[in-house]
Amino acid sequence: MSINLVLKGIFSALFLASVLRISTALILPALGGLITDLSGSINISLEGTMLVSAFTGVIVSGFSHNVWLGVLAGIAAGVLFSALLAYFHLYLGTNIILAGTALNILASGGTVFLLFMLTGDKGSSSTLASGVVPTVNIPIIKDIPFLGTVLSGHNIFVYGAFVLAFLINQLLYHTKFGVHLRAVGEDPVAATSVGINVRKTKFVTILVSGFLASLGGLNLSMAYLSSFQRDMTAGRGFIALAAVYLGGRKPWGTVLAAILFGIADALSNQLGTLNIPSQLVQMIPYAITIIALVVYGIRNQQKLIEQTKRFQERELARSKSEQQD
Amino acid sequence: MAPLVEMHNIVKIYSNGVVANNGVDFQLEKGEIHAIVGENGAGKTTLMKILYGSEQPTSGEILINGEPVVFKSPVDAMKKGVGMVHQNFMQIPSFTAAENVVLGHEPAKGVRLDKKKAIEVTKELSEQYGLFVEPTAITETINVGMRQRIEILKILYLGVEILIFDEPTAVLTPQETKDLFKAVRVLIEKGKTIVFITHKLREVKEISDRVTVMRNGKIMGTMKTADATKEGLARMMVGREVFLDIHKPAMKRGEKVMSVQDLSYVSETGRTMLRDLSFNLYAGEILGVAGVEGNGQTELVEVLTGLRVPASGRAVVDEIEVTGKTPREVRQAGVAHIPEDRLSNGLSLASSIDDNLIVDRFDKPPFKKGLVIDQKVVENNGKKLIKEFSILTPNGELPVSSLSGGNMQKVVVAREFSSDPKILIAAQPTRGIDVGATEFIRDQLVKKRTDGAAVLLVSADLSEVMSLSDRIITMFEGEITGVFPNASKVGEEELGYYMLGVKRQTAEEMEAML
Repeated sequence: MSINLVLKGIFSALFLASVLRISTALILPALGGLITDLSGSINISLEGTMLVSAFTGVIVSGFSHNVWLGVLAGIAAGVLFSALLAYFHLYLGTNIILAGTALNILASGGTVFLLFMLTGDKGSSSTLASGVVPTVNIPIIKDIPFLGTVLSGHNIFVYGAFVLAFLINQLLYHTKFGVHLRAVGEDPVAATSVGINVRKTKFVTILVSGFLASLGGLNLSMAYLSSFQRDMTAGRGFIALAAVYLGGRKPWGTVLAAILFGIADALSNQLGTLNIPSQLVQMIPYAITIIALVVYGIRNQQKLIEQTKRFQERELARSKSEQQD
Repeated sequence: MAPLVEMHNIVKIYSNGVVANNGVDFQLEKGEIHAIVGENGAGKTTLMKILYGSEQPTSGEILINGEPVVFKSPVDAMKKGVGMVHQNFMQIPSFTAAENVVLGHEPAKGVRLDKKKAIEVTKELSEQYGLFVEPTAITETINVGMRQRIEILKILYLGVEILIFDEPTAVLTPQETKDLFKAVRVLIEKGKTIVFITHKLREVKEISDRVTVMRNGKIMGTMKTADATKEGLARMMVGREVFLDIHKPAMKRGEKVMSVQDLSYVSETGRTMLRDLSFNLYAGEILGVAGVEGNGQTELVEVLTGLRVPASGRAVVDEIEVTGKTPREVRQAGVAHIPEDRLSNGLSLASSIDDNLIVDRFDKPPFKKGLVIDQKVVENNGKKLIKEFSILTPNGELPVSSLSGGNMQKVVVAREFSSDPKILIAAQPTRGIDVGATEFIRDQLVKKRTDGAAVLLVSADLSEVMSLSDRIITMFEGEITGVFPNASKVGEEELGYYMLGVKRQTAEEMEAML
């Protein structure tokens, strides 16, 4: 295939639509990563949570022949899985990174083990006829050329991701719980001094982040694909964390960063058709993640240095002028 | 009428055995400004922590309006109208002033926060009490004075009647202090009652109605401020029963080894902590720095040892300027440092005793052999120093964290003394350690000085400064207020006056003796 064709592919409505679809599996866990990060605990087990939910959703919907039962079970599994993390970290005092890493390994091995037990296959659940969530055609918009292709006809998770981004934004900045969550993350001592329960706040936050990550996982196995594949999250839980920082720890910033990574992912799909080694192409999303974080880090550092400089100059001047008084 | 607050026979013994309050009786009248003064460690902060619920007394009773109360946490105390204006502000940096004022008790309409209401409430309180704050300003960008006002508004918002200020002026500039005092008077007009912890006698005279002096965990007396003199208060604060008996041979003062010239330092928060400090240090002497903590001593030591960069001025060791150099370069110039915080600056707690003893010299022979460290030499060095400095441990391979405070400090001392320094800067060398180790370290300091090293001794323990030093300088608010060339000839009261800024020598008087 020629480069021309690839370029044509990239600048098409279908490509943009695929960006939205691919980004969904990043936006949802990234929102979960955002709220835990703001509450002062890093949820490193987003990856494992997604995997557990993706698996549970497929298995339950496959055996019960009910899509919605699968989705509910997937959510429940994800929330329970993060409850484990919260319990280890907040009640037993385990380091959250270690506990999260252990849970990720458990999720990766455990899903393969159960998959083999239940379907006799170690790589994929394709022998099991599992459910897929419905897609939504938006009236009027669906008939607009180009825009209709981009925006309409996606699965419910895609729309859900944006609705949830809006809701998380509301939660964080316009509710008591959100304010307490951010206070706990920034200065737990100050939060405690006004009677905020730090542990409870962090616990609930980790559960909500598990809920969001579980939707991300379900999106992979019950919408984007229609089966569970071993380790199908492919690092998305970690890229989601990168999106949190790149997005400046703000909801819409995080969504934008997740979409940027989604573009990289979609791009690697398009370029797969070119005569370039596929391993190189598959590296693109991860390479972009690293580059983006480096650029962000450097920019941030410069900003910090300038801020400090300005502060010192101002304070020195102030102290001098006061001495003269 | 019964006093608003009565504290009866309060005893507080911390789990490490320190007796912070030893049978304290304290009364607070409604509508008064009551100052509590005392040196560091006198027990004043502990007493107030008990009153606002962050510490629980070992025994004793608290009555508010004649009614016994038990506070398990500050939240309990707040409900009974007692609140603390913390010295380290309890605020969320990224929140607005108004958000911090209402934090934990935010006004809301249903689930949604009522941000307008929060701003209104803040404005109202702010106007009512003359505590100006910008409700929508982000807390981390505003100055210390306004942050303190936020702290006050925060507890007023919760409806407290008794406000405890913990050394509120320690972080303020002179202008901000004036503003604070104005606000305190408004609070009194509005019927509040105030406790004011401080060790600045000038402020006691300026602001308080009554004053209580504490020393060694006990109350030395309570009086009307109008009846108290600064001299009388200073005497009550620093009076001391026992003097230490230290064998000290006559001083043989040698050459000038360090010269400090016009040193100034401004802290991150913009406070001038050192103001044009100049003095010389000579071989064979112990120069003691006396002062109430927080008057620039920490900053002085950290500037001299390369841990902070001064705003202006310099320190010269043997014609080499050491200010602005790294701690390592300063050490190479022959300066050893016993830091005041041994746990975070003096030792690596998880590392072995042996390793801690060579952290300043592992890269030099005989410890370095080729590219690696010769463990045999390290071990022998450890053995030798453990014996020489009587560090109580079965062997040198154990982590430092396994030692008691006194033995930890001996490890620091062993390392610093064995580096054969020309200059030894010792900050609070015996703080919080047992009597045996204290005596040992003091003896070692004197020995080092008699052997010809120059020692700069900074200590909050006045009797330590007085009994060890050959020469003493007093520091108050970042300046040298007096110099006493013959330490054995000066009385503690006299020193107290200079430490608390009651008296001050002129630059001309001091010049020849610095």
